[in-house]
Amino acid sequence: MITEKTFLGKLKTYLLFAGPTTFIFFTVVILPFLFGIYLTLTNWDGISATYSFVGLKNYLSAFQDKKFWDSFILTLKYVLYTVIFTNVIAFTLAYLLTSGIKGQNFLRAGFFIPNLIGGIVLGLVWRFVFSNVLVYIGNSLNWEIFSRSWLSHPEKAFWTLVIVSVWQSSGYMMIIYIAGLTGIPKDLIEAATIEGANSLQRIRHVILPLLAPFITVCVFLSLQRGFMVYDLNIALTEGGPFKSTELVAMHVYEKAFLSQEYGIGQAEAFFLFAMIVTVTLVQVYFSKKLEVEQ
Amino acid sequence: MITKNTTNFSDAAIAKKYNTGYKKTFGRVRLLPLYFLLYLLLFLYLVPFFLILVNAFKDRSQIVANPLGLPPTFKLINFIEAFQKMNYPYAFWNSLIITVLSSILIVFFSSMAAYLFARAKWSFNKFMFFVMVASMLIPFQAIMIPLVKIYGSLQLLNNKWTLIYMYIGFGSSLAVFIYHGSVKSIPLELEEAAMIDGCSKLQTFFKIVFPLLKPTTTTIIILDVLWIWNDFLLPSLVLISPKNRTLPLSTYYFHGTYTSDYGLLLASLILAITPVIIFYVFMQKHIIKGVLQGSIK
Repeated sequence: MITEKTFLGKLKTYLLFAGPTTFIFFTVVILPFLFGIYLTLTNWDGISATYSFVGLKNYLSAFQDKKFWDSFILTLKYVLYTVIFTNVIAFTLAYLLTSGIKGQNFLRAGFFIPNLIGGIVLGLVWRFVFSNVLVYIGNSLNWEIFSRSWLSHPEKAFWTLVIVSVWQSSGYMMIIYIAGLTGIPKDLIEAATIEGANSLQRIRHVILPLLAPFITVCVFLSLQRGFMVYDLNIALTEGGPFKSTELVAMHVYEKAFLSQEYGIGQAEAFFLFAMIVTVTLVQVYFSKKLEVEQ
Repeated sequence: MITKNTTNFSDAAIAKKYNTGYKKTFGRVRLLPLYFLLYLLLFLYLVPFFLILVNAFKDRSQIVANPLGLPPTFKLINFIEAFQKMNYPYAFWNSLIITVLSSILIVFFSSMAAYLFARAKWSFNKFMFFVMVASMLIPFQAIMIPLVKIYGSLQLLNNKWTLIYMYIGFGSSLAVFIYHGSVKSIPLELEEAAMIDGCSKLQTFFKIVFPLLKPTTTTIIILDVLWIWNDFLLPSLVLISPKNRTLPLSTYYFHGTYTSDYGLLLASLILAITPVIIFYVFMQKHIIKGVLQGSIK
């Protein structure tokens, strides 16, 4: 209960309760964010103490950076596939694991395991699987598809990223869908069954509409994860072969810290930011509309 | 998003009530292929870990000859060598101290701030709360370059404490947001009674409100521990010298140094995974519940 009336009293209470959080949050998030805007207008190279003001030149360079747009389009493709596959598989797992079979808690816990481990370690685990185990299987069974490592082929290397991301995230989203499914009153499903709906019709007309808020959350989370993926990218494909699988987060890192073009890197990071905000807001807006209509 | 969660993942009663309806429609015998399918799927999900474990006991030539076969002997030589070469005790200790201190401090500072924001409707509080929630959309990549520039010029990089400080900054938005929702559901009468009995504002918070927030605190600790323990990009920018490296960092650099010694590399992966799996075995219920609560709020 807080009942301060005077300005000084309010200030004292604010500093006592929210002072540390406000200070740390501003110095770690807001200040760098604002300073980043300023940085995009300079030609700082990361080392020299002096740098000059270059106006909007960095944004222009970012626009003309072909590698950036390649990685940007690749990221969009990656996000599209991972969001769709992750959510379809997660929903299917959740549906099967709420059907009352024995040991479903054990199965749920098992499917969640990849989410406990970070992208670096998972990427290295799968690098071994793709470049050693699957190649061995391909060669012993004469399966053309695995005869050479997927990581050395540009198109297939992209798919390894999708496969590993879906593999990891689907267990996470499954947990959220399970919560949604267990909240659907069973009499609704029974009523639909009595009315003669088969299981596909029940999913389409009863379960999915009632699950809409959970779908919104899961799509939102998988979109955000997809745009920001970095660890898995450097550990699994290292952006290769020949920079063909360099997603945008990795490109920004290389631009800034390896090419030392900080201003351009920061301008490209802001493009990424604008993209994430636009896509997630549009997604939340449309899913909310769907939720209301049902 | 969803403001109120009426379902509970671990609530066996609800699950049972719901499931019986399904069992009738599926039937016992028709469930058999489903069992088979699900266990096969689980096997496929976890097979990469088995492959790593099996091959971690072999030497390079055995792995190249047959990565699917069982090791002839279960020698621990790879594990011992990896343990020493990746400086495991150092890395583990760094990860542990950074994760534990950051999580505790996030909980401590954020719960107090959220309490103020939820209980005092001053316009500055509303503004701060809005800024913190909106900031959750900023990708880390849009902050990392200026962050390194600022803290580098202040000579604060390559320091565990700076990293912990940054984690508090990055973790506070979500924590304040989740705590804010929970504080609002606590009846104000409890605090009024405490005040009448002579508690100060701080005492009221720590003796009455904070204990009632325990489920939320568990959620936040779980989310932050999983995030910070596994994080790579931020520590890779802040911690430069090898003796400061966390577990994901030392695993990654270890792989850069010993690229072709497979047995050793796989042993290092097992060493990196083991602590989290042990944590999961003991905290499984809390972890799944925490992840759920943290996502749908």
